[in-house]
Amino acid sequence: MNEDQNKDIFTIGIGGAAGDGVKKIGINIGKFLCEIGFEIYLSIDYPSLIRGGHNFVRLSFSRNKIWNDYERLDILVCLNEETKEIHKDEIKEGAWVLEGLKTEEILEKIKEFLSVKGFNENEQNSKLSLIDGNTAFAKGLEAAGLDFYIGYPMTPSTSILHYLASKQTKDGLKVIQPENEIAVINMALGISYAGKRVAVGSATGGFALMQEAFSFAGQAELPLVVAVSQRQAPATGVPTRSSQSDLRFAIHSGHGEFPRIVMAPGDPEEAFEIGAGALNLTWNFKVPVIVLLDKILSEHLMAVNIEKLKDGNIERLENGNLKFPGTPEQVVKVTSYEHDENGITVDKAEDVKRMVEKRFIKATHIAEEMKNRETIKVYGNTDSSDTLVFFGSTKSPILEAAKHFNKSIKLVQIVWLEPFDAEKVERELEGKRVICVEGNYGGQLASLISEKTGIKIRDKILKYDSMPFDPIELAREINQKFS
Amino acid sequence: MQQSDLATKEKITWCPGCPNSQILVSFRQAVTEMISEDSFDKTQDKKLKIENLVAFAGIGCHGKISDYLNINSFTSLHGRLIPAMTGAKCANPALTVVGFSGDGDSHNEGVEHLVHAAKRNSDVSLFIHDNRVFALTTGQFDALSPKGFKGKSTPFGSLEEPFNPLLLMLASGATFVARTYAGDIAGTKRIMQAAIAHKGFSYVDIIQPCITFFDTRDYFKDRVYWIGEDFAKDNLKAAMEKVYENTEEKVPLGIFYKVDKPTFEEELYK
Repeated sequence: MNEDQNKDIFTIGIGGAAGDGVKKIGINIGKFLCEIGFEIYLSIDYPSLIRGGHNFVRLSFSRNKIWNDYERLDILVCLNEETKEIHKDEIKEGAWVLEGLKTEEILEKIKEFLSVKGFNENEQNSKLSLIDGNTAFAKGLEAAGLDFYIGYPMTPSTSILHYLASKQTKDGLKVIQPENEIAVINMALGISYAGKRVAVGSATGGFALMQEAFSFAGQAELPLVVAVSQRQAPATGVPTRSSQSDLRFAIHSGHGEFPRIVMAPGDPEEAFEIGAGALNLTWNFKVPVIVLLDKILSEHLMAVNIEKLKDGNIERLENGNLKFPGTPEQVVKVTSYEHDENGITVDKAEDVKRMVEKRFIKATHIAEEMKNRETIKVYGNTDSSDTLVFFGSTKSPILEAAKHFNKSIKLVQIVWLEPFDAEKVERELEGKRVICVEGNYGGQLASLISEKTGIKIRDKILKYDSMPFDPIELAREINQKFS
Repeated sequence: MQQSDLATKEKITWCPGCPNSQILVSFRQAVTEMISEDSFDKTQDKKLKIENLVAFAGIGCHGKISDYLNINSFTSLHGRLIPAMTGAKCANPALTVVGFSGDGDSHNEGVEHLVHAAKRNSDVSLFIHDNRVFALTTGQFDALSPKGFKGKSTPFGSLEEPFNPLLLMLASGATFVARTYAGDIAGTKRIMQAAIAHKGFSYVDIIQPCITFFDTRDYFKDRVYWIGEDFAKDNLKAAMEKVYENTEEKVPLGIFYKVDKPTFEEELYK
């Protein structure tokens, strides 16, 4: 398999120093290609600094759906001298290397390239537009009637804060940036108590600071959506690079036992749907809902039919059983202590047991709801005994790699990580040759599947170098394992 | 409405004689008057509506107060009531948001929230049950304990000077700063009413001697005094000087500072 034989897929790389406008130029090229009908996947790689350092935007485009960008370049745009040296081994034979050009000149060269390749610039009027996972997620929240977003900046979650802050209106959406993450989530719980729809977001490090209050949301049954975007950890880790190492942390977050929902979208379209769904689920079931993202999904852009997303029938589900302060003849008491139905502190054993069970009744209601939801998604050859299983943004490189598989394989995406749909997963994986593909060292999804279904997954492809999977490399490895 | 209507049937579990009970009585009296009189008027067209009143609390001996008040309440985590108060006020500006907290709750655990709520002039009132000790955890020094405090975690005496909480609040931007003494029920009631009526962040330090772990009743009884009604409340420098006066000899009580500034919630909906 040789990526250079990818005849209908083209890749452009744009490199330069931080501050050179790499991202802006890259996205402009992407937008232009999108407008004239190309499918696009655009990745952004940058170090954690404001000036200097090497920034690189790479976009692959095609007339057909593109799930992931490729390493090998048809065009390399150099905004500084270093770029050519860094990427010299990635250019295809006959690739165009553009140096010392202004933005408009770069675009002219790309038009020229298209014409050489036989594309007519105005041949399609596209319904697609480029969107990253964070923005799509935020649009989903908006569509389901978000009233408040509370956030503290932390890569790679910050663009949710930025996008929603720009969408504030006098009497509509409000966005607040308090003093720290602990204030973020506690402020959100005050908002939720007063009856408004609220979401918070952070990287997992920020969410780590929110743990006690996340548990409070479980105890007090206050609706709350939490967006958690993973980056390479532990601790400060590699701030601008990705990871899927917080799956276990997310599903087990908060001390004590209480029902919660954790969903992991795999692309911007799913981020939109799950963002909207999360707000309605938390409102409906009064359990905190986590939407697990990662740097790749949060920041990479994909061509999506945004109108279709916006016009989707997203309902703002109401829950008539919720009570809020400000209602005459009604006293609404919530507390972080164990409490009875009236919100009065209790500590008698029988009361404690009864209230734990009361909260877990919701888990059975959620289990019912899951029957109507796409808790898992299956792609590829559903009859194949060779099966890949994955979650989150790994969907992108796997669906792209599938174009290069030697045989058709079943692809299983786990969307709901908690509660885990053991029945559906078992049905898809039982008796199959399964490889689990995930972006962490420990094989957290594989161990979760094993825990929930009893199916042992011995074959894993794990990546923990903070960089995205490359579809060609992935296809090569999978072809070898399934040969 | 009768004062008794504000009570729940819960048995009070503070130590017999604890000044927390006096704070509870002061608050019930303050609210009873404010919901029945036309005099209280924050928006100049109506009195306090009981359904709009929400009492927040933190964790500590003070936090038990939620169970004794038959009104909307939100008992937060330790030290985290203040952001939740701001959240509720932002979500529904018609709410009247008061918070009960302790010096351990808001000067140790949640001090960042205290400083920032004052800074943003959130329109909420905070009542600090100031006993200068961690009491619910059976007696350790806290942010307001005097240096040399001998508690279970500092058997040879604490090593740190305390905050001057009022000075901290003045420096942080609070627009209403006052102190009262739990033993003076009428005085505390008056200050609470003024704090609730104030538009902006109100901070009330309520000296509440802990009769079990740090009994300062005699100490304060002889030292507290009310500042004159003629004290200029809009002078930050004078307020700072006055609250700095907290010496071995005398401890001033009263409203030291009260100015009108746009509130965070007003700015949010502007």
